Amino acid sequence: MAKHNDRKKISYPGLALFLVISAINTATADGTGKVVFEAQCQSCHDLTEKAPETLKQLWERKGPDLSSAGIKYKSAWLNEWLQNPTRIRPAGMFYGNHIKTGKKTDVVDPSGLVNHPRLSSEQASQVVEMLMTLKRNENLVTSGEYRPGSIPMMLGEMMFDKFKGCLACHQIEPGYGGLSGPEMYTAANRLQEDYLISFMRNPQSWEPKSIMPNKNLKETDLQKLVHYLRALSKEKFQ
Amino acid sequence: MNRSIMFCAALLLIPAAAANAETAADNYRTYCVQCHGLKGDGKGINVADMSTQPRDHTDAKEMSARTDQELFKVIKEGGQSINKSVLMPPWSSILTDEEIQDLVKHLHKLCKC
Ligand code: HEC
Ligand code: HEC
Ligand code: HEC
Repeated sequence: MAKHNDRKKISYPGLALFLVISAINTATADGTGKVVFEAQCQSCHDLTEKAPETLKQLWERKGPDLSSAGIKYKSAWLNEWLQNPTRIRPAGMFYGNHIKTGKKTDVVDPSGLVNHPRLSSEQASQVVEMLMTLKRNENLVTSGEYRPGSIPMMLGEMMFDKFKGCLACHQIEPGYGGLSGPEMYTAANRLQEDYLISFMRNPQSWEPKSIMPNKNLKETDLQKLVHYLRALSKEKFQ
Repeated sequence: MNRSIMFCAALLLIPAAAANAETAADNYRTYCVQCHGLKGDGKGINVADMSTQPRDHTDAKEMSARTDQELFKVIKEGGQSINKSVLMPPWSSILTDEEIQDLVKHLHKLCKC
């Protein structure tokens, strides 16, 4: 089913790719990506701002930090997502601003969640081109640190849930897992492997007030968790 | 001249000191409510698929069964440090000892015990 649909769409990406390639050339030349970003994105993603250092700053933050985008995100994902954004953090940037008491447990109050702005394919590739040049925290990432490998799905899930307790805050499929952190079933599509290692090793080095605790993961566990996230992001959940 | 320099220095010091320690209520709202709930009753947004449910901090009987040292330890080093669930995370990477001590006091308020 899914394959069939993909095939039908192929002619569009083909054409888009052609346009994108020609657009990229002009974007780098005249900084169009920067212009688009300043007009439509900067208000929520302030590139000059430092990561929150007080709780008040954390609560008020409007969007994820993009000042390290070039060492954090995969450009193919950025390009696709900016044209067709979906929710990544079920309870928003700071979950505490988007919850209320429910019948049995607290629940997410979706009324204040942002429906993310959408870009045309031309604008998306211009912005992505610009974003991929941003590398503020480059010193935190060791390029090539992740060594590709594999882990049985079951074992990976046991690690993520039973042994390390990550499932408490992260969903590993739509509707299964915790809601305060970003979804994990798309993480490896979204994020570069070396960044994943760096963030999981020490979340506070990226975000001093992160609500993700440092679980003192061993180096071998960091590698295994990335194997698992990569396998997870290849699953189809529809 | 000297005085105004000292005044400026003092102004710079105030926010720096304030930024260090957050109040227990603010830390609880930020880090604990996701699992222990807005009311502290163990019913946070994360609990649906958790195999061990978070402690109800308003339960005076359960909460008074622990010493302040144990409460301090479980917050700082996580559930496993007192043979409890790994789902209760260690907070030493984020909270200072002083902030954890304040949280222990905050827990006494929640359980009224
Ligand atoms: C109204 C505020 C707002 C504006 C304007 C905005 N964003 Fe966002 N952005 C957000 C929020 C909130 C999220 C987190 C969404 C989620 O987790 O579901 C986000 C997420 C993202 C992400 C994914 C990052 C990640 O780590 O999950 C990217 C990339 C991004 N925005 C780029 C842009 C670009 C490019 C623009 C301009 C076209 C833009 N944003 C405009 C609020 C905004
Ligand atoms: C108490 C909740 C909590 C727990 C437990 C937790 N996380 Fe997170 N995690 C978060 C939040 C919230 C973020 C978003 C980043 C931030 O706020 O600093 C995050 C971010 C991440 C990211 C980066 C995603 C991104 O978009 O940048 C990865 C990877 C990750 N967590 C993996 C894990 C793993 C592996 C574990 C278990 C060892 C774990 N998390 C445990 C809350 C948690
Ligand atoms: C990711 C979910 C999660 C977060 C976040 C969390 N807890 Fe817990 N907590 C639990 C679970 C689950 C238990 C129950 C452990 C058990 O019974 O084995 C627990 C138990 C406890 C206990 C009781 C331990 C005992 O048995 O005596 C205390 C005290 C506690 N948490 C304090 C806190 C504080 C303070 C914070 C915020 C700094 C916090 N917790 C954040 C999940 C969490």
